[in-house]
Amino acid sequence: MSEQSSAMGFCVISTQAPFHGQSAREALDVVLVSATYEIPVNLLLMGDGVYQLLDAQDGALIQSKNIASMLSVLPMYEVKTIYADAVSLQQRHIDLNMLPSNVTVLSAAELPPFLQQHSRVFSF
Amino acid sequence: MKFALSIHGAFSQSQSAYSALKFAEAVLVQGHSIERLFFYQDGVHNATQLAQLPQGEFDLPSVWQQFVQQHQLDAVVCIAAALRRGVVNEAEASRYNLAAASLAQGYELSGLGQLVDAAVTADRLVTFGG
Repeated sequence: MSEQSSAMGFCVISTQAPFHGQSAREALDVVLVSATYEIPVNLLLMGDGVYQLLDAQDGALIQSKNIASMLSVLPMYEVKTIYADAVSLQQRHIDLNMLPSNVTVLSAAELPPFLQQHSRVFSF
Repeated sequence: MKFALSIHGAFSQSQSAYSALKFAEAVLVQGHSIERLFFYQDGVHNATQLAQLPQGEFDLPSVWQQFVQQHQLDAVVCIAAALRRGVVNEAEASRYNLAAASLAQGYELSGLGQLVDAAVTADRLVTFGG
């Protein structure tokens, strides 16, 4: 599938809060596996998914692993930037200075052209 | 046109699996093909053979299974998602010393690579969220 996949670009949209079941983790797994297959892949956080970016989370309190620290492995998979929806951040009063430095915020106007750059979109 | 479907919702919790079934039926009726069905997240529950629904209720797991078998579809259940939710075939039940096998006939347990592969190979990927 190498020839076909060279023109491929995946976008994984993750919309659930860090500890909403396994959703955030299983969405991230799709990103990691896609990257392993050397398919260009972007992660876009929308809705409650933007909470995944916050450093102030302690999964140990509920015997869970921190999503924020799992996201930090992405650069090792050549996923340099995490995309986040500006409107979702504003609605939740999350300021840019609360986010990791590798986050790119997309305005409502930027979202449609961003999604159109990808040949496949996975929604979680 | 070749479609790949990724189904993320359990029959008992969301509309997702029902919508996916109706979509899959329409795909075939209109002369397209289904490259692969991939059951992920809570969607793995649709592949159980151990659900017993009350009389008179729509038995979505059974209807999904009949659909898969009738059209001989490639129906893959994510093994990592399935193991943590108690959806296992005989081999996995035996490997982990579990009391029973719950995966219905017609489904295969495999990895997320099967979803990535189907997304690349098919002309369209449609995800049905949780």
